[in-house]
Formats: sequence, C-alpha cells, structure tokens
Amino acid sequence: MTPDGDEADANTVSERTTERAPSDDPETRGRPTGSATMSTVTDTQPTATDPGRTTSGGTGERVFRGLTTGSGLVVVAAIALIGLFLVVQAVPSLLANNANFLTSPEFVTTDAANLRFGIRDLLVVTLLSSLMALVIAMPIGMGIALFLTQYTPPRLAQPFSYVIGLLAAVPSIVFGLWGILVLAPAIEPFAAFLQTYLGWFFLFAPGNLPVLTGTIFTGGIVLAIMILPIITATTREVFAQTPRFQVEAAQALGATRWEVIRMAVLPYGRSGFIAASMLGLGRALGETIAVLLVIRAATSPSTGSLFDGGYTFASLIASAASEFSQPLPTGAYISAGLVLFVLTFVVNAIARVVAGGKVNG
Amino acid sequence: MSAALDAPERPAAPATFRNVSTARKIKDRLATVLVSLAFLIAVIPLVWLLVSVLIKGFPAIVSADWWTRSLSGVTPDEVRGGVYHAIVGTLVQAVISGVIAVPVGILAAVYLVEYGRGRLAKTTSFMVDILSGVPSIVAALFIFALFVSIVGLEQSGFLVGLALVLLMLPVVIRNTEEMLRLVPDELREASYALGIPKWKTILRIVLPTALSGTITGVMLAFARVMGETAPVLVLVGYARAINFNPFEGNQASLPLLIYTELSTNPSAAGQLRIWGGALTLILIVMLFQLAASLISRYSAISK
Amino acid sequence: MAKRLDLKDVDIYYGDFHAVQNVNLSVPPRSVTSFIGPSGCGKSTVLRTLNRMHEEIPGARVEGQIQLDGEDIYARGSDAVAVRRTIGMVFQRPNPFPTMSIRDNVVAGLKLQGVRDKKKLDEVCEASLRGANLWKEVSGRLDKPGGGLSGGQQQRLCIARAIAVQPDVLLMDEPCSALDPISTLAIEDLIGDLKKDYTIVIVTHNMQQAARVSDQTAFFNLEATGKPGHLVEIDDTEKIFSNPTERETEDYISGRFG
Repeated sequence: MTPDGDEADANTVSERTTERAPSDDPETRGRPTGSATMSTVTDTQPTATDPGRTTSGGTGERVFRGLTTGSGLVVVAAIALIGLFLVVQAVPSLLANNANFLTSPEFVTTDAANLRFGIRDLLVVTLLSSLMALVIAMPIGMGIALFLTQYTPPRLAQPFSYVIGLLAAVPSIVFGLWGILVLAPAIEPFAAFLQTYLGWFFLFAPGNLPVLTGTIFTGGIVLAIMILPIITATTREVFAQTPRFQVEAAQALGATRWEVIRMAVLPYGRSGFIAASMLGLGRALGETIAVLLVIRAATSPSTGSLFDGGYTFASLIASAASEFSQPLPTGAYISAGLVLFVLTFVVNAIARVVAGGKVNG
Repeated sequence: MSAALDAPERPAAPATFRNVSTARKIKDRLATVLVSLAFLIAVIPLVWLLVSVLIKGFPAIVSADWWTRSLSGVTPDEVRGGVYHAIVGTLVQAVISGVIAVPVGILAAVYLVEYGRGRLAKTTSFMVDILSGVPSIVAALFIFALFVSIVGLEQSGFLVGLALVLLMLPVVIRNTEEMLRLVPDELREASYALGIPKWKTILRIVLPTALSGTITGVMLAFARVMGETAPVLVLVGYARAINFNPFEGNQASLPLLIYTELSTNPSAAGQLRIWGGALTLILIVMLFQLAASLISRYSAISK
Repeated sequence: MAKRLDLKDVDIYYGDFHAVQNVNLSVPPRSVTSFIGPSGCGKSTVLRTLNRMHEEIPGARVEGQIQLDGEDIYARGSDAVAVRRTIGMVFQRPNPFPTMSIRDNVVAGLKLQGVRDKKKLDEVCEASLRGANLWKEVSGRLDKPGGGLSGGQQQRLCIARAIAVQPDVLLMDEPCSALDPISTLAIEDLIGDLKKDYTIVIVTHNMQQAARVSDQTAFFNLEATGKPGHLVEIDDTEKIFSNPTERETEDYISGRFG
C-alpha cells in the first residue's frame, strides 16, 4: 500500500515514446495512396533541435526563411481566397434570386432576369449518395484495415495494401464510365429486387426516374468503391500503431484474435477510423465527374428515395460548365460551389480534429 | 482467496488447459471470414473495372496512329486518328501545374518542418489538410471566378494548370514533409557543428537526403492531377487538333476527350475512343505511380 | 490450483536465429523462481514461451517440451489461447486497457470467458483487487479508468487482472523495472503473498530483487552477441547468491561480469 501518486508522470512519458515508435516503420512509407491523408497522423511540431534558431543569420538565411514562410502562407491564402472569391461572385446572384436558396428544389438559370435557384435537392442527392457510400465503405474499409494489420503476415501486407492502393489510382472519370456502362446494368436486377421487397421503406421506394440504372443507388456504390482506399489507408495506419503492450495485455488474458481486436485495437484506433471515414465522406461529397456520369438527371423533384436521379452540388456545376457566360447565372452555380466548399471544409476540419486529438494527444 | 474466486465453468475433472468455449471460437472464425471477405469485396470491383477497361480499350490503343495522331479531320463515326492531342494537353497542363506547385510545395514543407513555430505553423498545417479536401470542382470554380469573371482572361489550358496547382500542393507538401521528418537530427547537428548556416544545411544536407521521397511525392501528385476532369470541364474547351500552346485556344486532354466523346458521340467509333482513352489514362497514371514506388524503393534514408 | 512447470531440452528460434539453447529446468508449485542474467541472454524469451506469447512474433518457434503438471503445452490440438488462460502474465510496463474502468480491467478475462453474472463479477473483482493489495486504494473509484492510477497501482491492477481468471501459473516479465522503489517494494510484498496460491516465475535484472523474492534462481548467460543464450545453472536462491556451483554465475552476481 503505497502513496505512489507521483509516478504517473514518468509513466505517461515512457508510454508516449513507444506509442510513437511504430510510425517509423518503413512499411508505412512510400505507399501508393493516402499521402495527403497522412497529415492526420503527423504532428505540427518541428522535429529538429534547433541551434540555428538563435542566430538570426545573414541575408541568405533571411531570404530563405522568407521564401519558405511565404510558401506556407500561399496555402493559407489559397483557402482564404477561395472562400472570398466564391462569396464575391455568389452574392449578386443570391440577391437576384427569386426562389428561396435553401428550400427551393428548382435550379433555373436560363433567364438571367428571373433567376430561380435553390439547393434543397442538391443537398438531398449529395447527402444521400455520400452517406450511402459511407455506410457501405466504412465497415468494408475497417475490415480491410483489420485484415491488413491483424491477419495478413507482414510479407503479404505490403503487396495487399498496394492492391487496395490501385483503387485510388484509377481516375474518377474511369470510375464514372465503368459505373454507368458496366456496373449499372449488372446491378439492375438487385436494385429491382430491393424495390420489390423493400419498396415500402422510403429509401427503396420508386424514385423520380423511369429506370433503375443510373440512380443515387448506383452512384452510392461507385462512390463507396472510390472512397474505400482513402478510409483503408488511414485506418490501417492507425490500427498498425496500436501499442504492442495493449495487444499483449489482451493476449496474456487468453483473448482470441478477434477479442484482442475488440479489447485493444478498436478502442485505440476508433478515432482514427472515424477521422478516416470523415476524409472519405469529404471526398464523396465533392466527387464530380463520376457522379455526373453515373447519376441521371431527373425531371421532377427529389423524393428522398435511393432510386431517384438528380444532381449533386458538384455534378450540377460540372454539367453547366459549358454555359458559364453571363455573370448572374454563373453566380448561381458559384453559390452552389460555395455551399460545397463550406460542407467539405467542415467535414475535413472534423476529421483533422478527431484524428489530431487521438494520435497526437 | 482462491475459494472465493472459484471460476464458474471449470470442469470437475480439470483438463490442464480449460478449453476456449465453442461460441468464442465461432466468433473468432466468423471475424476472420468477414475480414477476409472485406478484402475480397474490394478486389472484385478493382479487377472488374480493370478487366472491362482493358478488354474494351485494348483494340483502340494497339494502332500506331492512336499514340501519334490527333482527331483532326476525323469524323465521329470513323475508326481512325488517335489521342496524341489529348496526351499532349494532359501533359502540358500537368507540367504547368508542377512548375508552380512543386517548388512552392517543397518550400512550404520546409517551412512546416524546419522553421514553422506557433500559431502560423499550426494554421498552415491545418489549411494544408483543408486544401487536400477541397473538391476539384471547387478549385476550378475559384480559378474561374478569379481569372475569367474578374480578371477577364479567356478559358485556356493554362487556367487548368492553375486549378491543378491547388490539387497538387497538398500532396507535394505532405509527402515532402513526411520525408523531411525522417531525416535524422544528427545530420542537421553535424552540419551546424561545422558552422554551416541553417538555410545552407537545409539546401545542401536535408533536402538532398529527402530527395527521393520528395520526388516520389511529386510523381504521386502528377498521377493525381492528370486524371482530374472537373477543372478541364470548367476551364478549357475541347479541341480535336493538337495544341501545344496552353495560353491560347482550346486544348484537349484525356479526361476531356473521354467526356466529350461520351456525351456527344454514340457511334461504335466513339465507344472505342472512350474506352481507349480510359485505358490510356490509366496507363499513364499507373506509369507515374510505378515510377513513384520505384524511386521510393531506392530511398536515400534507410531505416 | 498451482501447478508445476517442467522444461525439457527447450530450444527457441526466431527464424534462422537460435535464440536460446537447450534449457532444462523445473518450477515447483507454490514457489517463486526468478530468471536472471545479462541483457540478450534469453531470459525473457524463455518466459514468453511458457504461455506461448512468443508465437505472436512471426517466425518464432520452440523445440523440446514444456509441461504443465505433465501435460505438454505445445501438444497438438492444444490452443495458445487456452494455454494463456491457464498461465497468466504480467508485463514490464503496466498495461491496463486504457478505455476500460478499473472494474472492467480486473474482470476483463472473466468476461472473455462469458461470465455475465454481475454479482459474481463484483465478488471476483473485490477478491482480486484485495489479492493484489489494491482494494483499499481503489474501492471508491472502481468506475474510473485504469489509466488514471499511478504506475505502481497500474501494475498491481494488472496483477489483479491476471489473478482474476485464477491461473495455475503467473509469469512476470521484469514487473518492477518501470516503477519507483516504493512501488517496487509493494509489488515484492505482493509476490510473497501470491506465492501461497500460485506458481510464479519472474524475470528480473535486479539481483537484489531476485534474492529478496525468489525461492530458486536460474542464471542465464550468452557467450557472445549473436550466440544463443543458455541456462548456466538453477538452484536455491540462497545457494546461487552465496555459493554458486558455476564460476560464470559467481562472476555475474559479484559484478565481475564481462
């Protein structure tokens, strides 16, 4: 019985050192994918112990430091400018809008003197397709991450990850092409089956398209495939960092492999997985050309069914791109782009906060 | 104590190793099956897609004309001509983007790793994450709003290059950053100890050590932007002839060729061009990916 | 329910690397046996083969026999998971499950076995924490996370977790190396108590600790880096530290090593 409260500190420090260690694993370097998503698990603290900092240095030092800082600022400025110019270009059109921007299902910009546009249906289609993609890709992505980190022998893990990475290498227009010309006809019977037997449920009710190919349902599946490598890459990385001692604690209690995952790997990697899923969601929300090719345009407003057609924010803008000539109609699309920008900003910021809190904490 | 702890399902005649219950074993097997299944489920669409593209696109790309001719003077339903003009456009636009994004991206990564302190560095790092999540259509709209609507430029391949800069930057920054962090501090300290100033240490010691990783990142960034379709839809018109000049006139690119043929040309020749274009695009993207992974294999930093 | 452990002609390999050579020793029930020796001599490696934890390292394998009361723990058809359930382990660094409460940590092993009866779990929780000399300190905050305890308390929590499933043998891999002297003393006292009910094998790099807690001591050594480790001798602790048979052992314990 000892009053040993003061050792907690020393212990936490040693724990942290080992938690970091696996990130040096050579296997996590040079992966084909997810390099951009890496950021969620790297911290912002400079690595070098920094003797050069105290000396202000000569002209060369000042110029070089200025150049690098300036380049960093370019990124900050880019985001600020994107927001600023989208707002500047959107406001006049929003003021000239004769429909309610938030609640109207219309998007009519043919008459510049009578703009009627709203984002209700864009929001519905964007969210339905992206969330469906997420619902499909999250469990599969987690399964693959577990498969690659907990089940595959290290020698095979690398080539297997490379295979998943290949999915990220396929350009989205090719996904769109394949989605509408190959996948859509192939899964039509399945869609028909769902509609016949689950049609009473609003998601599977008949939609506003006369056919069952090229629906939000098809788009959601294509998007799920597209975001799978994103979710997998980041989740895999976090799972692989599960501290060895936590895994051993479960093993020594006589836990089966699955029980080790439940007791050690999942609790440790949960936030990383959520962050990864948010990154995937962000990608799905903004995906343009694949959605434009796969989901058919509909003539009537959205019914909230997965068998609807219609436009997402991104696909609507792309579909109208060739008609960007008059400022006011163009501004209507830019205001849709602004909403998309805000949406992806928020989702990515959440991803960053969730991941940062866990892995750096 | 041991009496109080009597474990419930211990058999009367104890086998030395109390067996794991069947239910737990089944759960464990089930998990193994499901997890392996998840991997298979991901492989199915990949193989399906690659095989479809290969089968449908292969007849197009085997002709020599495909790689050396444009579609200038070819009618939509003629199986003739090639995609040289689109390959040129794709590469020209990617190079424009690279010329700007690579130096800025590397310098920004140097800032984050070597100089960045405090709030500005945190903000920059955060914004790199945000930028990597900006949809390509939004990047394209921004360039349109700024350069076409406000400055009044004509749509051109150059503007596509500018939009691609925004998509390339975060990839270059994150990859370079990661490599710079792997450069051991001992190297920096050895250089400082010789009286070499920090900026020269970075330029002469740190960056060269991280070079192969940085090049890998640049290759991956190229692979990412060459497949982008949204910027070319918004920022440049399609041309059926070769145009080397990104500052003037329409300029084709592989994604734009695919999209244009798909939306305007239902003939068999059009179908062939679509799939041939898709296969060509995949091949070029994979070439860059392959280069990236080969270079990273010969990484200078060995752990 | 303590049982005896017998190692017969045990050789351990990591891939092509011969890590430990030809170990023969016996651990009687209700006793403490400590493994001492220089770094890299394979003492921890041997310990980890006793509950098949080494199998988690790819390429690791064991030749020879390890018997628990005469039954080979590597017998065909025996399951590593079942072995670990019978032979508990405490690690160098305290490793409570960070997301679980103190109570859930203690009963984690029982829950794995499907025990759901709340009353039973609470009983076992209290008995195990008492057994680990931790009950008085944590009884008021059983629902708090285990990670909030001090290092020494965490290690005793891990011991409570290990004894909650009533193992036949308790393996301890340098259990005090991450702790301060006062916590170390608490753990050593606890080992003395636990010996009444369990067979205990402890790896330590602290010779005074081996002398204090163990009934018999095994000294491992290796000829050179890269060569396999081997058991030099095993004997009553008193004899090892006062009058060892082997010259090597004497050199080591008197600090003339190397």
